[in-house]
Amino acid sequence: MRVELKNIHKHFGAVHANNDVTLTVEGGSIHGLLGENGAGKSTLMKVLSGYIHADGGEISLDGKKLKRFNSPADALRHGVGMLHQDPLDFPPMTLLDNFILGCDASLLQPRARAEKEFRELCQQFNFDLDTNAFVSDLTVGERQQLEIIRLLWLGARTLILDEPTTGISAPQKIKLFATLRQLAADGKSVIFVSHKLEDVEDLCHRVTVLRRGQMAGEAKSPFVTERLVQMMFGQQLNIGKRPNVELGAPVIEFDHLTLKDDRLTVPDISLSVRMGEVLALAGLEGSGQQLFLQACAGLLPPSAGQLRLNGIDLTRKPYENFLRAGIAYMPADRMKEGLVPGLSIEEHIVLAKRGKKDALIDWTRTRQTATAQITDFNIKGIPTTRVEALSGGNQQRTLLALLPPDLKLLALEHPTRGLDIESTLYIWGKLLERRKQGAAIIFASADLDEVLQYSDRILVFFGGRVIETVRSSETSVEQLGYLIGGKKQ
Amino acid sequence: MEFFIAILASILSDSAPIIFASLGETLNERGGVINLSVEGTMLLSAMAGFAVAFTTESLVLGFLAAMIVGAIVASLVAFGSITLKRDQVAVGFILTLVAGDLSSFLGVPFVRVPGPQIESLPIPFLRDIPFIGPVFFERDIITYLSFALIIGMWLWFYKTQPGLQLRGIGERPEASFARGGNVKLMRYIYILLGGALIGFAGAAFSLHVKLGWSHRATAGFGWIALAIVIFGGWDPLKVAFGAYLFGALRASATTLQSSGLEVPVQVFPLLPFPLMILTLVIFNSRGLDRVLNYLPLGARRALTRLLRSNPPAALGTHFEQE
Repeated sequence: MRVELKNIHKHFGAVHANNDVTLTVEGGSIHGLLGENGAGKSTLMKVLSGYIHADGGEISLDGKKLKRFNSPADALRHGVGMLHQDPLDFPPMTLLDNFILGCDASLLQPRARAEKEFRELCQQFNFDLDTNAFVSDLTVGERQQLEIIRLLWLGARTLILDEPTTGISAPQKIKLFATLRQLAADGKSVIFVSHKLEDVEDLCHRVTVLRRGQMAGEAKSPFVTERLVQMMFGQQLNIGKRPNVELGAPVIEFDHLTLKDDRLTVPDISLSVRMGEVLALAGLEGSGQQLFLQACAGLLPPSAGQLRLNGIDLTRKPYENFLRAGIAYMPADRMKEGLVPGLSIEEHIVLAKRGKKDALIDWTRTRQTATAQITDFNIKGIPTTRVEALSGGNQQRTLLALLPPDLKLLALEHPTRGLDIESTLYIWGKLLERRKQGAAIIFASADLDEVLQYSDRILVFFGGRVIETVRSSETSVEQLGYLIGGKKQ
Repeated sequence: MEFFIAILASILSDSAPIIFASLGETLNERGGVINLSVEGTMLLSAMAGFAVAFTTESLVLGFLAAMIVGAIVASLVAFGSITLKRDQVAVGFILTLVAGDLSSFLGVPFVRVPGPQIESLPIPFLRDIPFIGPVFFERDIITYLSFALIIGMWLWFYKTQPGLQLRGIGERPEASFARGGNVKLMRYIYILLGGALIGFAGAAFSLHVKLGWSHRATAGFGWIALAIVIFGGWDPLKVAFGAYLFGALRASATTLQSSGLEVPVQVFPLLPFPLMILTLVIFNSRGLDRVLNYLPLGARRALTRLLRSNPPAALGTHFEQE
C-alpha cells in the first residue's frame, strides 16, 4: 500500500513536534524513519496510526485522501497497523486469546477459525508459535512475531515498527528482517522507525531523516553512513577512540565463584579485574550476566567460591560493606530499580548521600549541589524536576550524577539501552573519566558494537556459563555473534 | 445420607448471597476497578430490598430496588475513579462507611419486622434424580439464579468476544484501546452491572437467607466476598468454589457445635481465613513453579491455569487515553 503523509503539523504546547513533514512510502518497500530521540518520529507515526490527530496536513492511502484516523482501530481498518516497541499485548493470556482480542467478532469467539489461520500465518513466515502458550512466557522477539501476524490477519497492508530491534536477540533480528523483506516482496509497505544506523542501512530501501521535528533529508539505498549521521545531528559526531589507560592493581577478584538463582546456575568463575580496566559481559538476555553483576555489587551472595575487593574478602558480607568498599551498581530498569518516581533530582541527591547524615536536610546546599550536577552532567531539568518527567537519556545521566565520587568499581547493566547516540557518547565519556581516575568498570550490554568499542576484555555468557573470555582488540562483531549463540569457531 | 444431603443443600442456598456479591465484585475487578464498597452496598441494598418488598408486598420489586441501590453506589465508585480519577480504594472505603451507616439510619422502622420471603421452588423431574435432585433442584429461584450466574459468567469471560475484551481492559487498557475497545464506557457498564449484582446479594440476604432487617445484618459478609474474589483468582468458577468452601466451613461449625465436640466453636468461622492465606501462599510460591517445571508441557499449562491467581494487571489504575 502506498502511504503519503503531506505537510503534517503537530504542536504540543510550545513544542512544534512535527513541522511540515512530508513522507511517501511506496507499496512493496521498506522505508526507514531515522532520527534522534525527540526528533518527531514517534509523533509522526502516532498521527499515521491514529493515536493522535495532526493539527494540519493530510494522509492518503493508495492515492485516496483522508482527513485523519479517529483511533488506532480506525487506522487498522484502513490497513495501517503499528507494532510498538513494547508490544501492546496481554501477557497473562494465551497466544490465541491475544490473537482474537480485537477482531470484529460480535458475540462468540471465532476460536477454531482463528487457530487455523494463525497456523497458516505462522507457516507462511516460518514462526514457531504455540497457540496454547502464554504470552508471558515469550521473548520480546516472539511477541513481535505474534503482533505482526495479528496485524496482518486483521488486514494490515502497511506495518509501522517502532524501534523493533531494541531488546531482541541477534538471531531474532535476522528473522525479523527476513519477515519484513518478505512482506515488502508481497507488496506491503513497511515503515521502520529507528535510531540505529546499522539496522536502517541493512534493511531499508529508502530512508527519511527527521531532526527537531523537521525533515532533514531523504536518501536511497545504498546509504552513506556519514551523510546519514550528518542529517541526524546536523554535524559530524566524533565517535571518540578509547584512550589507553595503564591498568593498575587488581580491584576485584573472583575465586571459583558459583552463583545461583532458581532458574540459572553460573558455575566456577575465576578472574580478576584491574584498576582502569573495562570488562564487558556479552550474551543473550538472561544468560547469567545479571547474576554476575549482582554478585559484584553484593546483592547476590555466591553459593560457593570467594570474592575479594582490594584484597579484602567480601564473600557473603552485607550490601553495606560493598557500598563502603566503593562499589556502585546501576540496574537496567532505571525507573524501577534506579530512581524513585515522584521524587525530584535534588531529593535524589539527598537520598544518595553516603556516610554520616544530618537529621535535618540542608536544602540550600543540596540545591547548590543539584544545580552543579545538572550543569556538569548536562541534564535537561532543574533541581525540582521529578525524575519521571525526564527523558531516558536524562534519567541515565541523573543516575550517573548520583554516584559517589571515589568509586573503585562500577557494575552497570545495559548502561545505554534505549538512549540516542548523543546521550550514549556522553555517558561513556563520563564513565571513561571514572576509569582514568582508577575505577574498574564491569558492564553488560546487548549492543555488540558498544561491547567492542569500550571494553578491554569480554566475557561471553551462554546458558549461565562463561564460554569464552576474549580481548576486545582480538575479536570482531561476527565472532562475538557466534559465541553468543553458543558456537565456538 | 439424609443428613448429608440436607447439609449440602443448605450450604448451596445459604451461599447464594456471597456468590452474587463475590461474582459482582469479580466483574468489577476484571474490568480493572476495585469496588471496595461491597459491605456497605450489601447493607444498604439489604435494607432497601426488604423495605420495598415489605411495603409493596412484592419480592420482585424488592430485588429490583436492591439492584438499583447497588448500581447507584457503584456509579459513585465509577464516577469517582474513572471520570474524576480519584483513588479507587479511598472512594470505595468512604462509600462502604457511608452506605453502612445510612442503612442503619434509614432502616430503623424495619428492624425485626417479620416480612416476605422467597418460597422454595422444586423443579419437576430434575428433583427426582437421586442425590443430585434433592441437593440441587429442591431449592428456590435465588439459588437457581446463583447457579446460572456462575456458569453464565464463566461462559461470558472465556467463550465470548465481549468477555475477552473485558479481560483485556482489566489487564492492559492501553492495548485494549489500540484494538478498538472503548475502555471507559466498558468500565462504566461493568461496574454498574457488578454493583447491581452486589445489590442483589444484599436482598438475597434480607429476603432469603437471614430473613428480615436488623442493624449491621450482613455481619462482614461483604468483606468476605472481597477476600473470596482474591482467593478465587478472579475466575468465576474458582470464586464460586471459594464461596462454597466458606459456606461449608461455616456449616460444619454449626454441625460440630451441635454434636458437642470439644473444640471452641469460634474456631470454625475463623477457619476460612488462614486457609485462604495458606492457599494464596502456596499457589503463588516459587516452589510451585519448580514442581510444575517437572511436568509435561500440556499438564503444566493446564495446572498453571488452574492454580495461578494473578490479579488483573491494571487493577486499581486509571486509564489515560492520548
